[in-house]
Amino acid sequence: MKFNHEIVEKNIGLLGIFTVIAISIGGLVQITPLLFQKDTTEPVNGLRPYSALELEGRDIYIREGCVGCHSQMIRPLRAETERYGHYSVAGESVWDHPFLWGSKRTGPDLARVGGRYSDKWHEVHLLDPRAVVPQSNMPAFPWLAENVLDGELTAKKMEVFRGFGVPYSQEDIDNAKKAVEGKTEMQALIAYLQSLGHALK
Amino acid sequence: MMSSFWSIWITVLTIVVIAGCFILLFVVSKNTTGVEEGKSMGHSFDGIEEINNPLPKWWSYMFYITIIFGVVYLAAYPGLGNFKGFLGWSSANQSIGTDKGIKEDSAAAVALAAKEQRWVQYDQEVEKANAKYSPIFEAYLATPLEELVKNEEALKVGGRLFLQNCAQCHGSDARGSKGFPNLTDGDWLYGGDLATIKTTIMNGRNGMMPPKGGLPIEDSELKGLAEYVVKLSGRDHDEALAAQGQASFMKGCFACHGMDGTGNKFMGAPNLTDNTWLYGGSRGVIQESIKNGRSGVMPAWKDVLGEEKVHVIAAYVYSLSNK
Repeated sequence: MKFNHEIVEKNIGLLGIFTVIAISIGGLVQITPLLFQKDTTEPVNGLRPYSALELEGRDIYIREGCVGCHSQMIRPLRAETERYGHYSVAGESVWDHPFLWGSKRTGPDLARVGGRYSDKWHEVHLLDPRAVVPQSNMPAFPWLAENVLDGELTAKKMEVFRGFGVPYSQEDIDNAKKAVEGKTEMQALIAYLQSLGHALK
Repeated sequence: MMSSFWSIWITVLTIVVIAGCFILLFVVSKNTTGVEEGKSMGHSFDGIEEINNPLPKWWSYMFYITIIFGVVYLAAYPGLGNFKGFLGWSSANQSIGTDKGIKEDSAAAVALAAKEQRWVQYDQEVEKANAKYSPIFEAYLATPLEELVKNEEALKVGGRLFLQNCAQCHGSDARGSKGFPNLTDGDWLYGGDLATIKTTIMNGRNGMMPPKGGLPIEDSELKGLAEYVVKLSGRDHDEALAAQGQASFMKGCFACHGMDGTGNKFMGAPNLTDNTWLYGGSRGVIQESIKNGRSGVMPAWKDVLGEEKVHVIAAYVYSLSNK
């Protein structure tokens, strides 16, 4: 049979296969090699996985949409490193699934907010941002102080993350419920915020 | 730098795809259908016919130009794996500014970076800034704080650093808010001399009043204690209730706050006699403070800002209450 358009046009399966090959090329060239580079897959020195409480706090961060207004990505520009600290590196995010780099800064970058303010400040600020920063346009999150975590799913979440390659020990997972139960969402979120940027200052 | 396997992977895939596009375009440009151009291919449906028309010339030529552009680009600029391109261009090696003066500086920075085999634009930017600002901050750091507080320019710099890093808690006017100390009122938990202010900013402070001071105090005693604290601060009070409170105070509160209630700056135990209140001076809030304890935290700034900036901020903070 002579090779011409007709073969591809009349075999929907073959057309599908060729289409998949055509649209895969970009990804194969640009994305696949990155999955095998040390720079992008190995944790930086001093990186530790999120504790059970921090992990729950991270989920609250995601639920409340914090990522919509706060980036966690300090670019290598002096103006940014003067304000936020060392620029972010890929090795800090290898255990973040999904990563929360964000792309919008209505509020400041939070990649290294850990330790910058006291727990009390975060609490006052989350309950009413205007109480400490009068010109802030951040919404208040008063319900965080009222909602109490039961920790039912924490161990499950940690197991899922272990499947992604985060080095949680069996002990971490067994103690997860106990570490989280009875804590408020506020405590969890503050624990998460205080952990941000711990590997590199 | 990636391994040669992935470099070859990228290079081969890219070249194969570009060559494939060229071949495909070339092949479909030839009339291999056996039907003369402009004539019917023999399909017709509802009176609509497929005509054997060639690819539009303008479209084919654009495609060829795109391929040529791609090949030239990949030869000149980095793109094919580890191949750097014959122009030797690198994003890390871009000049920092575009005006003439900066370009000349940048050439020196690039030469230095090349010598040290370091080609990161960020490093050049920081190096350039350090060359400009480090001498200023070093001079400030070499100046004793007692002298620095008289330097108007240093105080301006300190003020900007304060707004950037301290105002979130202490307020842009440095008057603080509930739980975050007012720095303008001359009242100090840990001491207001220059050296102590600097130590506080450098290393941070951890308040350490546990619930009920860690003492065997019953909830029923809180009312009296609060009344006694009100008495200490020199306000109208119920004498009998305050006397009960004083007895509770003697269970151990004096260990930090002092027998006369004037506090202890080594521990950051506040003076209870001066009617200045960090969390509020009403009877209700005083009871709350005693019952739940208070442990205000001042973060350490040594590692975040470095000593030379802390030095300048300390002078500024001192100047706020010592005009």
